[in-house]
Amino acid sequence: MRKTAKEINERITWQDISIGAEIIEPATSKLVNTGDWRVNMPVFKEENCRQCMLCVPYCPDSSIPVKDGKRLDFDFMHCKGCGICARVCPFDAIEMVKEEKK
Amino acid sequence: MSIRDRMSGNEAVAYAMKQVIPDVMGAFPITPSTEIPQYFSDYIANGEVDTEFVAVESEHSAMSVCMGASAAGARAVTATSSAGLAYMWELLYVVSSARLPVTMAVVNRALTGPININNDHSDSMGARDSGWIQIYAETNQEVYDNFIQGIVIAEKCRLPVMICQDGFITSHGVSNIELVEDDKVSKFVGEYAPENYLLKHENPLAVGPYGVSPYYMEVKRQQAQAMKDSMPVIKQTAEKFCEMTDRDYGFFEEYMMDDADVALVVIGSSAGTAKEAVDRLRAENKKVGMIKLRVFRPFPRIPLSRAMCKVKAVAIMDKAESFSNSGGPLFNEARNSLYDLSGKPYAINYIYGLGGRDITVEDFYDIFQDLYVIYYTDDPGDVYRYVGVRDSRFPDAVDLGRENDNDI
Amino acid sequence: MTYNSETYKYDLKREVEKDERLAGGHRLCAGCGAGIAVRGVLRALEPGDKAVITNATSCLEVSTFMYPYTAYEDSYIHSAFENAGAVTSGVETAYRVLKKKGKIKDNFKFIAFGGDGGTYDIGLQSLSGAMERGHDMVYVCYDNEAYMNTGIQRSSATPRFADATTTPVGSCSPGKIQNKKNLTEIIAAHNIPYLAQTTPFGNFRDLHEKARKALYTEGPAFLNILAPCPRGWRYEAEDFAEICRLAVDTCVWPLYEVDHGKWKLTYEPKKKLPVEDFLSRQGRFRHMFRKGNEWMIEETQQYIDAQWNRLLRAVNTGKDV
Repeated sequence: MRKTAKEINERITWQDISIGAEIIEPATSKLVNTGDWRVNMPVFKEENCRQCMLCVPYCPDSSIPVKDGKRLDFDFMHCKGCGICARVCPFDAIEMVKEEKK
Repeated sequence: MSIRDRMSGNEAVAYAMKQVIPDVMGAFPITPSTEIPQYFSDYIANGEVDTEFVAVESEHSAMSVCMGASAAGARAVTATSSAGLAYMWELLYVVSSARLPVTMAVVNRALTGPININNDHSDSMGARDSGWIQIYAETNQEVYDNFIQGIVIAEKCRLPVMICQDGFITSHGVSNIELVEDDKVSKFVGEYAPENYLLKHENPLAVGPYGVSPYYMEVKRQQAQAMKDSMPVIKQTAEKFCEMTDRDYGFFEEYMMDDADVALVVIGSSAGTAKEAVDRLRAENKKVGMIKLRVFRPFPRIPLSRAMCKVKAVAIMDKAESFSNSGGPLFNEARNSLYDLSGKPYAINYIYGLGGRDITVEDFYDIFQDLYVIYYTDDPGDVYRYVGVRDSRFPDAVDLGRENDNDI
Repeated sequence: MTYNSETYKYDLKREVEKDERLAGGHRLCAGCGAGIAVRGVLRALEPGDKAVITNATSCLEVSTFMYPYTAYEDSYIHSAFENAGAVTSGVETAYRVLKKKGKIKDNFKFIAFGGDGGTYDIGLQSLSGAMERGHDMVYVCYDNEAYMNTGIQRSSATPRFADATTTPVGSCSPGKIQNKKNLTEIIAAHNIPYLAQTTPFGNFRDLHEKARKALYTEGPAFLNILAPCPRGWRYEAEDFAEICRLAVDTCVWPLYEVDHGKWKLTYEPKKKLPVEDFLSRQGRFRHMFRKGNEWMIEETQQYIDAQWNRLLRAVNTGKDV
């Protein structure tokens, strides 16, 4: 019984684990919350943003989505708070703040 | 209507490879398997087969190319021996764990050191834990037949297969052979059609993850099951092959076993020499027999143990040392299969043939003598033995090396 | 699609609109240069083209395919540490064969990713073989200048005097004693159609155009991408872009390409900065600033200058160094 990555966890039996440990779905890592690694988080100050897109390629975690020529708010499920984008932004549209953990 | 021809074991394997129409061959030369990619390159150069040959820069890369090609959806084959197999050793485990049906011709040659180009089984025996199916041949006919069946077994089981033959003895010895027609072979093996592959349109495939402890053991258990489940597949494939060719194959071949008192278990070309010894002793009314093991992985412990129980004493022949201090690899597994049985035979081990050391009909005669001693005295004596090595404790047997042997 | 320099004009805004091929949720460190480099290369693919990514064992591999999570939208294969070149050769060959037999309809590109460990050192043999045989593929080395995955041991890509765990700075040791191996030139000697040295820099134009050329030039291509590692180089992760810029402006990591045998600089700093500006920002070079160690900085400057002048000669004469 082939299970999807969503159904695979550390309780999976040998009968159910994928053959040869292969994965046949694309980008299953999206299911993983790496956002909880953060100490600091980026705040998007949209009013300052000139949509130059410089921040987008500098993110190692693909956490600045782009749609219809505009960057959207951060993908907080995956952003690790490295702060590279804030340093790269020429317009002070990103500020790193200490994250308040809920 | 089969085709009668005469060829060496290497040419026979190359011919079988041509007939199964692999998509990719990645190979690096090493004596005595070198001729296989050479013959195959000739076939490609003359347009006889539509395969891409990747002339890799090492055996490790040969197996890498085969793995990449197989995962991509192509039928991939290669050939090697000895140090070449040792160089790929890391990847043998990777290929089998990824459950890719790479089919490889191994022309058995002693592992270095000292460096030696002659036959023994240390190379493929050294890879016995790698998760590959291992099938051995006595003759060029068998290696040809095994390779064709190997493709089917590999692709059905999703396990890689090693088709072995003795270096120089079988690989370079020209003998008669019956070939199967091209169209019959292609029909028999069909096309490689994996469910998922890297180049698939509908969905991608990711192969070779980092598997942490919560997952690793389940993957291995599943792999072990696949090896177990390959037993019926090997049997069924042999049955279908027999329908096509009238040549019958099993996990092993029994020769004169039904009423035997004592027997040998042997792998490879030495079985031919052993059969000669059996025939001569039978002519002297001695009831001796022989089992020639064909499939070493998966180890056919239940049927083999039953066959061995037909006799009172059995000599298990190992053409490889595993320096285990308790006998060679075949001995350890074959003897293990007898452990739980009541009425099991005495089982002793002979290490022989290392680095191409000859074994003769006379040697097998002597071994059968030893077995009869055990038969009558009920004392197995030293269980872990050697034959064919010069030993200063036995000066009279100085020609145990059989260098002056006139027997052919 | 083949690369056409006449009609192509880089536009960051257009490029970032493409669908992401490296998804979030992988386990690379926060601020990892490898992730940035890989995203940059994959972004150069045409949206209609598929890829098969081969990955040598490395930080990238263990982080981007940890069972059952793959970070790639495309097909991916990892097998061992030293054979990304060979595995890609196998996949690419299978593609050609199967395409010829009519079994594959899509267009695929073949990209191998390896760290400096799996490329400069243990993987050099299989890389060389793949380049020599002429497979239509791109080998991308993300160079973070040490065996980072196993704990920052020196590789042949580690710069002289760097503190690494197998060349630690101590009373009897100045750090690594050998200079960095020049792999880009070794690959240039294979006479492949395209190779380049690059790094994430400015608006990513250099990296993107080189990746695009590499992907869409027929035959073997090689990209050597400097990918700073905050953990191993010991700088604040957020300083990444600055570290890359300093590497380029001090000429420690020149940006150049060799396109069908023609050597070309793709960036020349308006003001060449002293190598100290690059060294002083990283903990792995901190000892070089201690009193009595000035000779280390001097020798490094001399070495970097000599290498830079060699490169300028190759570029200006159009001849091989």
